[in-house]
Amino acid sequence: MTINLAIFYVLAAFTVWAAAVVVLGKNIVRAAVALIFAFCGMAALYVLLDAEFLAAVQVLIYVGGITILLLFAIMLTSRISSPTARVINDQVLLSAVAAVGLLVALIYAAIRGIPEFPGPPRLPETAPFIGRALLTTYVLPFEAVSILLLAGMVGAIILARKE
Amino acid sequence: MIPLSHYLILGAILFSLGVFGALTRRNAIAILMSIELMLNAVGLNFIAFARYLPQTMLQGQVFVIFIITIAAAEAAVGLAIVLGLYRNFKTVNVDEINLMKW
Repeated sequence: MTINLAIFYVLAAFTVWAAAVVVLGKNIVRAAVALIFAFCGMAALYVLLDAEFLAAVQVLIYVGGITILLLFAIMLTSRISSPTARVINDQVLLSAVAAVGLLVALIYAAIRGIPEFPGPPRLPETAPFIGRALLTTYVLPFEAVSILLLAGMVGAIILARKE
Repeated sequence: MIPLSHYLILGAILFSLGVFGALTRRNAIAILMSIELMLNAVGLNFIAFARYLPQTMLQGQVFVIFIITIAAAEAAVGLAIVLGLYRNFKTVNVDEINLMKW
């Protein structure tokens, strides 16, 4: 058991525990904070996968943007609900079966379907590489995503403003 | 060296947790959080493949940048919709919003 593998297991356990709190937590604010932990665990896993630029982007945008937005929405839409209010709706059994079936299929595909790749030597830094790729090979999706962000911003403002 | 299947299995576990949460939670914001979890699991898969496949040009990482961007836009619009829902129905529990049900 190398130190890399041990770190991976610790990070994986942390992220799965945080995701379980997000999915099953009774208190919605606690679920949002657990989502922050899950995003940070994912960022650490990205660093383990030599994607350090994406780990920084993940923390900046997901933790610093999306979870703040979620917390604002939680604060704006919370009711004084009783602590015994149900968190899970009626289709728990069916969706548990569906989720477990999906998990089994994905694990089977991960173990049997993909040959073991050794992995190429790592790049010294990924940020200039990604930057160059975004502006040469992937410039069309890049511009399209910018337009999507603009449309999303305008749409969200229109949807959320007071009548 | 960590085998590739470890990362894929972790992504599968996170994705299944997200699917379960999106299907069973009553709070609309909790459903959005489960969707973000699913998108993250997919991103982990992409980056694992970008690291382990021979001869990649880091397409996996570029695609994850797009995934993060689209997740941000979708969270913003989704939360605006939830706010409008709250204004009209005074609740965010999706099983209490059944005006269009038969």
